[in-house]
Amino acid sequence: MNKDFNYFLQGEKEKWEVIIGLEVHAQILSNAKLFSSSSTKFGAEPNCQVSLIDAAMPGMLPVINKFCIEQAIKTGLGLNAKINSFSVFDRKNYFYADLPQGYQISQYKFPIVGEGEVLLDMSYGTKKIGIERLHLEQDAGKSLHDQDPTKSFIDLNRSGVALMEIVSKPDLRSPEEVGEYIKKIRSIMRYLETCDGNMEEGSLRADVNISVRKVGDKSFGTRCEIKNVNSIKFMQQAIEFEAKRQIDLLEQGKSIDQETRLYDTKKNETRSMRSKEDAHDYRYFPDPDLLPLELENSFIQKIKNELPELPDQKKDRFINEYRLSNYEAAVLIADKETADFFEKVAKNSDVKLATTWIMGDFFASLNKLQKSISNSPITVENLASLLNLIKTNIISGRIAKEVFEMMLLDKRDPKIIVEEKGLIQQTDVKEIEKIIDKVLMDNQDKVTEYKSGKVKLFGFFVGSVIKESKGKANPGVVNDLLKKKLS
Amino acid sequence: MNNLSNLTLVETVEGIKSKKFSPSEVLSSYEERIKRSKKLNCFISETLDQAKKEIKKINIGQNNLALLGAPIAVKDLFCTSNVKTTASSKILENFVPTYESTVTQKLWDQGAILIGKLNCDEFAMGSSNETSYFGNVINPYKDGKETLVPGGSSGGCASAVSANLTVATVGTDTGGSIRQPAAFTGIVGLKPTYGRCSRWGIVAFASSLDQAGPMTKDIKDSALLLEVIAGFDSKDSTSINTNSSFFFKNLSKQIKGLNVGIPKEYRVDNMPKEIDDLWSEGIKILENCGAKIHSISLPHTKYALPTYYIIAPAEASSNLARYDGVRYGHRESGRDLIEMYENTRSRGFGDEVKRRILIGTYVLSSGYYDAYYLKAQKVRNLIKKDFDDSFKKVDVILTPSTPSAAFKFGEKKDDPISMYLNDIFTVTANLAGLPALSLPIKHNSKNLPLSLQLIGRPFDEQTILNVGYAIEQEVKFKRSISDWWM
Repeated sequence: MNKDFNYFLQGEKEKWEVIIGLEVHAQILSNAKLFSSSSTKFGAEPNCQVSLIDAAMPGMLPVINKFCIEQAIKTGLGLNAKINSFSVFDRKNYFYADLPQGYQISQYKFPIVGEGEVLLDMSYGTKKIGIERLHLEQDAGKSLHDQDPTKSFIDLNRSGVALMEIVSKPDLRSPEEVGEYIKKIRSIMRYLETCDGNMEEGSLRADVNISVRKVGDKSFGTRCEIKNVNSIKFMQQAIEFEAKRQIDLLEQGKSIDQETRLYDTKKNETRSMRSKEDAHDYRYFPDPDLLPLELENSFIQKIKNELPELPDQKKDRFINEYRLSNYEAAVLIADKETADFFEKVAKNSDVKLATTWIMGDFFASLNKLQKSISNSPITVENLASLLNLIKTNIISGRIAKEVFEMMLLDKRDPKIIVEEKGLIQQTDVKEIEKIIDKVLMDNQDKVTEYKSGKVKLFGFFVGSVIKESKGKANPGVVNDLLKKKLS
Repeated sequence: MNNLSNLTLVETVEGIKSKKFSPSEVLSSYEERIKRSKKLNCFISETLDQAKKEIKKINIGQNNLALLGAPIAVKDLFCTSNVKTTASSKILENFVPTYESTVTQKLWDQGAILIGKLNCDEFAMGSSNETSYFGNVINPYKDGKETLVPGGSSGGCASAVSANLTVATVGTDTGGSIRQPAAFTGIVGLKPTYGRCSRWGIVAFASSLDQAGPMTKDIKDSALLLEVIAGFDSKDSTSINTNSSFFFKNLSKQIKGLNVGIPKEYRVDNMPKEIDDLWSEGIKILENCGAKIHSISLPHTKYALPTYYIIAPAEASSNLARYDGVRYGHRESGRDLIEMYENTRSRGFGDEVKRRILIGTYVLSSGYYDAYYLKAQKVRNLIKKDFDDSFKKVDVILTPSTPSAAFKFGEKKDDPISMYLNDIFTVTANLAGLPALSLPIKHNSKNLPLSLQLIGRPFDEQTILNVGYAIEQEVKFKRSISDWWM
């Protein structure tokens, strides 16, 4: 904490600041498409989820899916944004083989959601990122160019799937902030269950707008748009490459062309896709097949009242209720399932232990096993049970780590493991005294040294006793007894 | 040969229900005429064989079905399950939908039988049926020796009803596509209020203007057919949920005390005297029926046509983007995707469609949007407000349906502006979303039908039907067709 923001790029001559804005395309979690009832399930056989409307057969008309509207409103509320009671669907006209209607139904002048903001937890403090708007639109189909040497194939399963385009203000200043912004938006949508945020399946992708300016300058430079980047890592790499490219050009006295670029993940570079002159004229106009969308206040209010606890609220609550640090709370709430997991473990054991163990060994093991919390081998009950064994001094922290490793393998209740393996902590004073006597007897020279003033050796005695007990001796009891014996 | 095809829809269904004749007899009467009327080129597809099978399944005891046994062909803009639907375009030449439009499904649910798909202007863009990929439709009315256009875009529908090739039909109207051809062929055409009938399954031209409606031999048929096809549809977000109306049962010629508006702005320059006289006659008839006549002003009328020819092409340019050769319909090959699009669309669409796609693309383009599309939307609101204001004073507005009687082939083909002027009296109802009815009044000196238009309040089709009914009783119009093509 309290570090300063320091993402400035040093060119040959000047120090530069990077200005970034994102257009995030988030697929709405919905069983049916935006204007038709066909399924949106991922991974189906090509062209198996295509209605007459999705294929743009003659005379077919779109009918708005009310659930998708609710999802967009929910997301808007999650982004602390203004919900517009009046919005309009427009047609964005262009020809492409996987765009059956010859236009995409989108929202242009009057989006369903207006300005909002999200907060990012950065090492240099909280950063506020403005949201410009959120609008609804249909996805296009998919062109497959690698199935045949001479032909292209079209899969219309995606055609008509509902997307939310979330446009940020140009408030982002580094690849790191971009990463945090995407994670934050994804976290909010997952909390709301409005988008699964699965970037591999394409449910979340982004266009990145980048420009650079000299540190201290107030006006923006000419920007380039990098289309359709589908991972945070690639987004960050693309930004770094593109910012350097722009800086090099500007320092050579050249200017930046406003253009659309593609990021080549294999070569780690951006390439020009089309210039401003070649830009499509989309000929937007209100879709005459759909009436303007007018939302009643009570409808919005009802959705508002049913909103779940959102990441920021949960973080505040965790800090207040569980006395977590800002960092701990931020880590634990980033993902709703983690937050729920933590909360259940904490309630059934001990907050401090739950925090340390979940953020430490538990996360590390999930990472190692490449598992998510939903398919973790260690359940809430078993982890709570393990922590209770520590809390009640039945096992030591060291033994607990061993038990934890075993739990990962056989998914069993730690109580059973502890009993079976005889790992219960030794608290019987007489038994421990016996071990202490043996250790003191074996190390008489050290006892003499200790008594002559070398008090540092106390640690050695404690360690030896615990080792002799195979880790089972309670360190507190060992401490007390040793002090008496050595006095 | 029997002449059951002379009967109206109401008479036909009553005859079937009272067992005066059987559905099969009715069908064969139409089959006979259709076979002998190829010259008119009304049909793109005939489904008579299928109809003969279907007709056998009809249970005459089903007295509750409003259209029991009625043989009906529909505009080839309605998607019909397992029956080719082309929108009169090469690009959909062989397109067979797997689904049925809501409006046509309602016809079959009430016992009607599909006998074919009717020719129209390509994607309903045209006022003479000359833009169809499947060739011109010919008007059963003739100017001496010369054949005439049936009007458009529902030209095949209009000629087919007028020539007794279908007992009634449903067309679509975006700027006058039901009313203008109805006027040119001496039949009744009704464009309902926007949102009254579902657009689901109708090949879209301009979504904010398109509306399906009945084209029939008389007003009673119009009321009956509207009652069948109207209704809320959850599959169309612009369809409006109103109470169901019993237009047929509530039909009444009692219009005493009704206030009728005569908009002075509709007296356009160079309006032929016969149209002016027709309008005056209409006013007189209504006065005789006890209605009160008021002069009204719809000041933004002069902007209606340019407004329409910005909004409709704009929507069309986007609606027709789906015809790209990728998933269905005509496809030309190309070295890459772009060339495939270019070849497919330049060869698949006709000239008028391409013209409108270009206009529409232009008016939506960056830098032009505000000057054209946005301004047109504002003017559209003003036009609508003109009507709102007028309907505070009057119950219905009376105007001519078209600025002239039917014209000859090629007469306006190379002059889009004069072709577009055909819609001058009809587009305002589309722009304002109002119901409007065209009904034949008389024949001119060349024995061509002339019609008047009634425009009503939103969702008040009943009043325009009632006024139309009253006029119909007075003028006793009878189509005068010689079957010259047989």
